[in-house]
Amino acid sequence: MIRASAYTFKILRFDRKKPQEKARFQTYRVKVIPGLTVLAVLNRIRDEIDGTLSFRSSCRSAVCGSCAMVMNGKIDLACRTQVASFGKESIILEPLPNMEIIKDLVVDMTPFWTMYEKVKPWLIRSTPDPEKEIPQSEKDRSRIDQFVNCILCACCYGACPVISRDPGYLGPAALAKLERFVLDSRDERPHAWLNDVNDEHGVWGCDTVLRCIEACPKDVRPTDAIIDLRKRIFVDKVKKLFGKQR
Amino acid sequence: MITREHDVIIVGGGLAGLRAAVGLCEKYDVALISKVHPLRSHSIAAQGGINAALGNNPDSADDSWEKHAFDTIKGSDYLADQDAVEIMCREATGIVYEMEHWGCPFSRFSDGSIAQRPFGGAGYPRTCYSADLTGHVLLNTLFEKAASLGVKIYPEWHVLALAIHENTCHGVAAFDLMNGELVSLVAKATLFATGGYGRVYFYSTNALINTGSGIGMAYKAGVPLKDMEFVQFHPTGLIGTNILMTEACRGEGGYLINAKGERFMEKYAPKAMELAPRDIVSRSIQTEIDEGRCLEHPLGNYIRLDLMHLGEKKILEKLPGIRKICIDFIGIDPVAEPIPIMPCQHYSMGGIDTDAATATEVQGFFAAGECACVSVHGGNRLGGNSLLETIVFGKIAAASIDTYLSVTASTRDKDICLSTARAVEIKIEGLLAGGHEKTFQLHGELAKTMSTYVGIFREQGDVKKAMEEIEALKKRYRNVGVSSPSLTMNYELMNAIELGYMFDVAHSIAYGALLREESRGAHSRTDFPKRDDEKWLKHSIARVTGTGVPDISYRDVTVTRYKPMERTY
Repeated sequence: MIRASAYTFKILRFDRKKPQEKARFQTYRVKVIPGLTVLAVLNRIRDEIDGTLSFRSSCRSAVCGSCAMVMNGKIDLACRTQVASFGKESIILEPLPNMEIIKDLVVDMTPFWTMYEKVKPWLIRSTPDPEKEIPQSEKDRSRIDQFVNCILCACCYGACPVISRDPGYLGPAALAKLERFVLDSRDERPHAWLNDVNDEHGVWGCDTVLRCIEACPKDVRPTDAIIDLRKRIFVDKVKKLFGKQR
Repeated sequence: MITREHDVIIVGGGLAGLRAAVGLCEKYDVALISKVHPLRSHSIAAQGGINAALGNNPDSADDSWEKHAFDTIKGSDYLADQDAVEIMCREATGIVYEMEHWGCPFSRFSDGSIAQRPFGGAGYPRTCYSADLTGHVLLNTLFEKAASLGVKIYPEWHVLALAIHENTCHGVAAFDLMNGELVSLVAKATLFATGGYGRVYFYSTNALINTGSGIGMAYKAGVPLKDMEFVQFHPTGLIGTNILMTEACRGEGGYLINAKGERFMEKYAPKAMELAPRDIVSRSIQTEIDEGRCLEHPLGNYIRLDLMHLGEKKILEKLPGIRKICIDFIGIDPVAEPIPIMPCQHYSMGGIDTDAATATEVQGFFAAGECACVSVHGGNRLGGNSLLETIVFGKIAAASIDTYLSVTASTRDKDICLSTARAVEIKIEGLLAGGHEKTFQLHGELAKTMSTYVGIFREQGDVKKAMEEIEALKKRYRNVGVSSPSLTMNYELMNAIELGYMFDVAHSIAYGALLREESRGAHSRTDFPKRDDEKWLKHSIARVTGTGVPDISYRDVTVTRYKPMERTY
């Protein structure tokens, strides 16, 4: 027999269309069986208790990146977080920080996608494509592994302390995406393009406090990307001094 | 009401929709409408791979597109249209190379070529992959390509009705969820790439967004559906959450084990074993469960998917996503323990009736990807062919729409779109006025009905029960109410509207299953256990009628060079 336990969910409620009504926490009492995820509970609350509750979800298997939020102070995907994992019966749910709330747990991710597009997140080649695949060694392919795994859920963007004081900062996800292409043996973007991120809104903005790494549900390490990009920029500068830049 | 005009509207931001947008956006004013951000589309969840006869694997040097076509046709239990399969398989290698050139990070062999693994029902290891995240890398690559071209996207807009008048499509009515506004969208051509209907079933590997509303919308607007009774059940869904455990688990050498410790596939497919096509493996697993040779768990009876003998290194290298899902969702590390699985609804072979150029019988209305039925999968789809279909037919849709727009004078009519949108407006007002029935309850009952009575094994009495149940639910649906009056981010309202379309999808599946008195591919009738080519080598075509029960007629299958024969593995 599986026994259900009672939990109290306190969920942040807000509607951008009604700015006069301040954000508040609403309490829901729910009985939960072990193994149930926060997303499953949210679905139940919306279905059975309160249809006005808004949150995003899709794959419910931690691959689509829809349901990032703050659960008892920790940023993660609601679909892969078990209710029992907190070890307490009171659970507070809040939307991702650093973005404007549209409604309840749904935030406006437009700034996040704007930063993503700024780094030109696509393969850039100058050599004409071969008839078959562009060869890539297993070793070269494995170098981009962790950055390929990024699901753009914005957990890192929500956790980043730099974005909260500088909304113009590119943020960990965009810089990790840039690194995914810079590290790709097939990418041929000119080195000079790294100048676009060679400032305080780019790689030099990072505090290297590793909050992004802690928040990532996919084990991506954006700080590694940022430090590597800094190195590349530095090495480029040195080469330039000695007249060796390509 | 706001009206917007575009040359082309593409509904759906998964692989098929994005590929079509990429093909059209430089020449036309294209708008891609998606009810979630495109990168949240269900294409992202595909794990195992994409088939193309590249011949990169040392064991597949003499592979060819013809062999790929043969495997696909045999896998389809000869219901696929062979001319369409030939087009898909011939295009496959070019499509994979194109995706690679656009940046797709495929896994590699030691010679630097794209890696290929064995998959079910295939004579050669021809499934190209990126670990167990192939959908993720393909969708990201196509989204990156679309971003580089500046494709216009309406994210989180729900299309709620299709505007068709006198056999011509004029556009759609869509709801902008962020602003809580209904918008009339007018276009010279409309492409549906809206995905499958998994959530019509209770046990499904599909994302929560896969309601099949696009298929229902087309049907309601008068576009016929094809082969709806053919529903794929994936052999290996995790118990409880039903999350997909990729076929690559078996492609890499995993075993299926029953409670007696037997590799039971020996009884059902002695040559192909665990790598028989999905319909056969799912039936075998279900038989083991039904006959009591399964294990018990509070979440349900199950069979073991055993990867332990592959070793930690191979699991970490080839199936890292699977391992992470198992640890996160059921607390099991497949390196040390077998995975508890059961068959779950997975894929929609049937869908909007299209030809091999993605055209429907309605002028200016096209469909591609899982929502469409070309048919290239017939009675059963092979693993690795769905990703292929989305990109090949997304590309073909772009070419087809280009041709259509260059030879057909524009007939788009704003007023027709506006009256479609007005009808949706009235529907929304009715739902907001409130009724005592709840969407989640009716949806739950529908899904349980479908899983119980129109599942892996079907029988006349059961399917009739399903039909009665669906008709009763349709009546109750008239009294559905929505509790939230706010229009911004009102998912309850969107779910309520989509549910109406889900009933039509379910109805067409059940009625098709009732009428087809044979067993072919994934359609397995216990009261008609044999395939009957004389009577049933035919596509079923379902059309909407005034009574609510679909009108079903039949159309011959196109056979080119592969004569139907007995299907053994």
